[in-house]
Amino acid sequence: MGAVFRNSILRLNPLYQARNPVMFLVFVGSIITTGIFGVMLVRPDAIIGGGQPLWFVGLITFWLWFTLLFANFAEAIAEGKGKAQADSLKKSRRDVSAKKLNKVTDRTKHLSVPANSLRKGDIIVVEAGDFVPADGQVLEGIASVDESAVTGESAPVIRESGGDRDAVTGGTRVLSDWIVVRVTSDPGESFLDRMISLVESAKRQKTPNEIALSILLAALTIIFLLVCATLLPYSLFSVERAGAGSVITITVLIALLVCLIPTTIGGLLSAIGISGMQRLIKANVIATSGRAVEAAGDVNVLLLDKTGTITFGNRQAVEFFPAPGITQQQLAEASELSSLADETPEGRSIVVLARKLFGLPERDVKDLKADFIPFSAEQRVSGIIINERHILKGAGDAIARIVAQKGGSVPAEVTVQIEDIARQGGTPLTVAENSQVLGVVYLKDIVKPDIKARLADLRKMGIKSIMITGDNPLTAAAIASEAGVDDFLAQATPETKLKYIRQMQEGGELVAMVGDGTNDAPALAQSDVAVAMNSGTQAAKEAGNMVDLDSDPTKLIEVVEIGKQLLMTRGSLTTFSIANDLAKYFAIIPAAFATTYPVLGALNVMGLKSPQSAILAAVIFNALVIIALIPLALKGVKYRAEPAAKMLSRNMFVYGLGGIIAPFIGIKLIDMALAAVGLA
Amino acid sequence: MSQFITGNGWLQLALYMAVLLACVVPLGGYMARVFQGEKTFMSPVLGWLEKLTYTICGVDPDKDDMSWKDYAIATMVFSAIAFIVLYFILVFQNLLPFNPQKLPGLTPDLSFNTAASFVTNTNWQAYGGETTMSYFSQMVGLTVQNFISPAVGLAVLVALIRGLSRKESTGIGNFWVDMVRANIYVLLPLALIVAILLGSQGVVQTFDAYVTAHTLQGIDQTIAVGPAASQVAIKQLGTNGGGFFNVNSAHPLENPTPLANFIEVLSILLIPAALCYTFGVMVKDKRQGWSILAAMTIIFVPLLIFCVAMEQGGNPNFAALHIDQMASHLQPGGNMEGKETRFGITNSALWASATTAASNGSVNSMHDSYTPLGGMVPLLLMKFGEIIYGGVGSGLYGMLVMVILTVFIAGLMVGRTPEYLGKKIQSFEIKMASIAMLVPGILVLIGTAIAVMTKDGQAGIYNPGAHGFSEVLYAVTSAGNNNGSAFAGLSANTPFYNSLLGICMLFSRFWIIIPTLALAGALAAKKTVPESAGTLPTHNVLFIATLVGVIVIVTVLTYVPTLALGPVVEHFNMIKG
Repeated sequence: MGAVFRNSILRLNPLYQARNPVMFLVFVGSIITTGIFGVMLVRPDAIIGGGQPLWFVGLITFWLWFTLLFANFAEAIAEGKGKAQADSLKKSRRDVSAKKLNKVTDRTKHLSVPANSLRKGDIIVVEAGDFVPADGQVLEGIASVDESAVTGESAPVIRESGGDRDAVTGGTRVLSDWIVVRVTSDPGESFLDRMISLVESAKRQKTPNEIALSILLAALTIIFLLVCATLLPYSLFSVERAGAGSVITITVLIALLVCLIPTTIGGLLSAIGISGMQRLIKANVIATSGRAVEAAGDVNVLLLDKTGTITFGNRQAVEFFPAPGITQQQLAEASELSSLADETPEGRSIVVLARKLFGLPERDVKDLKADFIPFSAEQRVSGIIINERHILKGAGDAIARIVAQKGGSVPAEVTVQIEDIARQGGTPLTVAENSQVLGVVYLKDIVKPDIKARLADLRKMGIKSIMITGDNPLTAAAIASEAGVDDFLAQATPETKLKYIRQMQEGGELVAMVGDGTNDAPALAQSDVAVAMNSGTQAAKEAGNMVDLDSDPTKLIEVVEIGKQLLMTRGSLTTFSIANDLAKYFAIIPAAFATTYPVLGALNVMGLKSPQSAILAAVIFNALVIIALIPLALKGVKYRAEPAAKMLSRNMFVYGLGGIIAPFIGIKLIDMALAAVGLA
Repeated sequence: MSQFITGNGWLQLALYMAVLLACVVPLGGYMARVFQGEKTFMSPVLGWLEKLTYTICGVDPDKDDMSWKDYAIATMVFSAIAFIVLYFILVFQNLLPFNPQKLPGLTPDLSFNTAASFVTNTNWQAYGGETTMSYFSQMVGLTVQNFISPAVGLAVLVALIRGLSRKESTGIGNFWVDMVRANIYVLLPLALIVAILLGSQGVVQTFDAYVTAHTLQGIDQTIAVGPAASQVAIKQLGTNGGGFFNVNSAHPLENPTPLANFIEVLSILLIPAALCYTFGVMVKDKRQGWSILAAMTIIFVPLLIFCVAMEQGGNPNFAALHIDQMASHLQPGGNMEGKETRFGITNSALWASATTAASNGSVNSMHDSYTPLGGMVPLLLMKFGEIIYGGVGSGLYGMLVMVILTVFIAGLMVGRTPEYLGKKIQSFEIKMASIAMLVPGILVLIGTAIAVMTKDGQAGIYNPGAHGFSEVLYAVTSAGNNNGSAFAGLSANTPFYNSLLGICMLFSRFWIIIPTLALAGALAAKKTVPESAGTLPTHNVLFIATLVGVIVIVTVLTYVPTLALGPVVEHFNMIKG
């Protein structure tokens, strides 16, 4: 906390303030009133004071400085939070020495160099016990790597060359074996470094929407600057014509200006941006630019891989369909026997289902004295031989062939059943004993239980979900309809994916996708928002603009929500900030012209005690509102999956209407407090 | 005792709005076909003229598509030439024909002011028509501008609409083609119809010299005449407003009967309102046009009612003196100062509201004599930036700028990069829209400050106190928003005011046109994002309310101090007695 306070004060540096035109104006205003206060300390009747009491000018000055400090405070808190998270990531990047190679081929001759001297393209070797000194791609070797420092996941992972898992991240540690790695980033440019720069306000680049908003805020600031600047001549003229009262003072003009310009959003803008990025880090996603996060809020098409995202990725037995003359229990028992030695998830699921349905006893494979027939690519069946019972299970055509050799045939009912299951998107597994076909086991691609609701949420937000799968169109269609995706791309290859994305983009859609393999890289590079799995290849990571450290494909949905929340928070606070101005006018205008046109007192609808207390109350409210809204800026406006129209009406009600009403109450309360302590 | 609005008043207001809105679909649909180059029932009649014009100018309407920069250059060059030609016509009026009254040439500052005024579709008149302008100046100089300046507005609007409806295109249409179509198919036929209707009501149309009449008192009175009907028609239709005679449409030869008055006041808002429908048709989503028309109407009608009510209510101080201000068979009641008895309170206040809502500026009563709050209505309507219906073309493109700003703020609140009609609104668009929004405010605030601070500026102010401030504010607001109506009470034909207001008019017109065209170009180049549930709808009640809210808040926040120091102080001073 001490660092946050120190930071808030250090940021009063003019060069730093000049980055934000709205707050810079407050800064200049504060300096001017401080000057006036200084002059009045020496000569209380100085013309520049305009006859205002010293305590009034002093208090206005005091609160103007606090307006600035509060804005700095918001930024420092957001930055502190983001940095704390980034630092814990950074800690992993301790200064280690790297073993640099001259040639890939000879890994025994290495040179010890500091990690931060490594450049893109350098070749290094990392051996058991070493920290990986930089992000890179495995060229040779295989190793188990502890990535807990980055992902928080304690189980070691395998990194090897050539496959889909050739990326290593700096800061992780090789546990066994060795790998030769080509460094893929210069110091300060790794994913982590880029992410850290997103939560440091001094280095942070503004995102496109933030730039557009800053332009609008600057335009409003220009208007209000003019309103206040021209008020002086108007006041001079009015005093002259009315022949009464005194001209509006510089102090009051500056107070009015600071109240009118959008300081609430201006002061919180950078805190909102930083905390958006910080929420992303919290979700264990590393983005290379703020632009990508903002774009995530804009996507209207999500490409989701079927396996792992929509389904669990392995098929499970859900039902037994016996052939005519066979009971379901007979089929289940036979299926269980044939699968006992089958260690695939599908095989295990058959055992589990058979035992569950018919209460079959647990039995150990070893006690059966049976011979197992392992699955072979040639036969495409597997099974068991116990006491002359040859129980086989496999694809329908493979079993049909074997049964036919033994003189049996597949009953028509079973063939119908096989087709039926395939049509529903399942995998039919035929079971036969010797020459007799016993029936079919229905293996199903299990759709994740919560995915349907999440996809429905996406649809409410106007985002189409597209399932990508290598399955045939029939199977794909069945799963697509069960999961509730809007469309699917079946028998997808890297080429068809790329083509599909381009097609979507030509129609004006913004496409997001998740990928991990090298063959995903072109599609990732083409999509507008691309999240690469940390477990994936270096090529995929480089093509993507975000990396998910958890390698969770559903994370994309969270990223979209974070992007949307970022924009919503900015929009809502802008609306609030502008809506506030109405009440401030009602407080300040009658007060500022109280001596020239006492009739304007009729506009003092809040019944504020005195001109001084009215102006002071408006300034104090303006400063306190920044503090009051810091939690909202950090947390973001609550996001709900619902259509845009509904979202607008709620936010408009809360921040628009609320923004008009709140300051009337707030200023009145502050005025009452000021009167109570005798400052009216 | 004061009164709200008479039953007859309500009836007239309702009739006016009903007829105005009934014209929206037929006229708007017709204009959409014209600007899309489709055949209309007028094509057989005037098609030859259109083709002939293209042949003479060497323009191919199907091929010559302009980038926004070319379009802007064409607009600026065309307007610059129009300005220079008009300036010299006015300066050398004494050397030119059709000058039976032998009127002298205008001073350079008045010529500058008048040329700026008519080229920018403002029609601020620092002079009295019948005592200053020859028939040649009126017809060749001013009336030509009355046709081409609204046509420029239409062209810029059509370019912006194309920007919104085209996809990934570099061009936004052809300026010359849009100008020709606007004139030949829209302004000329409508002006002809209105001129004939006005002629039937007794609006004068002659080339004869002024007539001398012997009055009952036995003295000679010169009655100014001239080719008025043809000018009045386009003055009203083209949101020009520059009267043939000094007192504009309060003059019996310019606006003789209640029917003539109805036609004239209807003509003010006719094209601007119908353009909303044109917009809807051209962007292939009529709901978008309707929602904009609704937003305009929601702002206009309450202000109109307020204005009529204030005038009908009269002055509370009279009530204290037991002066009857109630409407009866014998008197219209209310505040009749500065109003013609043949129009009464309702039609005067209706005209005042319509003429300032549109950037017309013609008058049939003297706004200076309105009650403080009644007179604040025209002032406020101008301060909206002439987008409540607004000028021909300029009203809707100004409104679309506000729509874009509204979409930006509202769009952020739903968590997406804001988009309007599928076009993403990004920093360049916001930059251009902000410039267009800022310009009138800057001109009015700084212009008024200069006027009240300088000796030359103060010299023109006749009235004391807050009303003097209101008068200056009104004049600068009128020029800075290209309206052209005057509050009177300000001696504006001085080198100081001629220059100040002339500069305001030129900046206000062209510093909005250029960013608007830039906006059109940027939007045309963009892809169109397909609509989804995540898209902010811009055609429902919520959006209309948001748009109205943004327009009102931005205007009010910009002008509260000036309004407080002028009309509001006057009002409280008045009720204080």
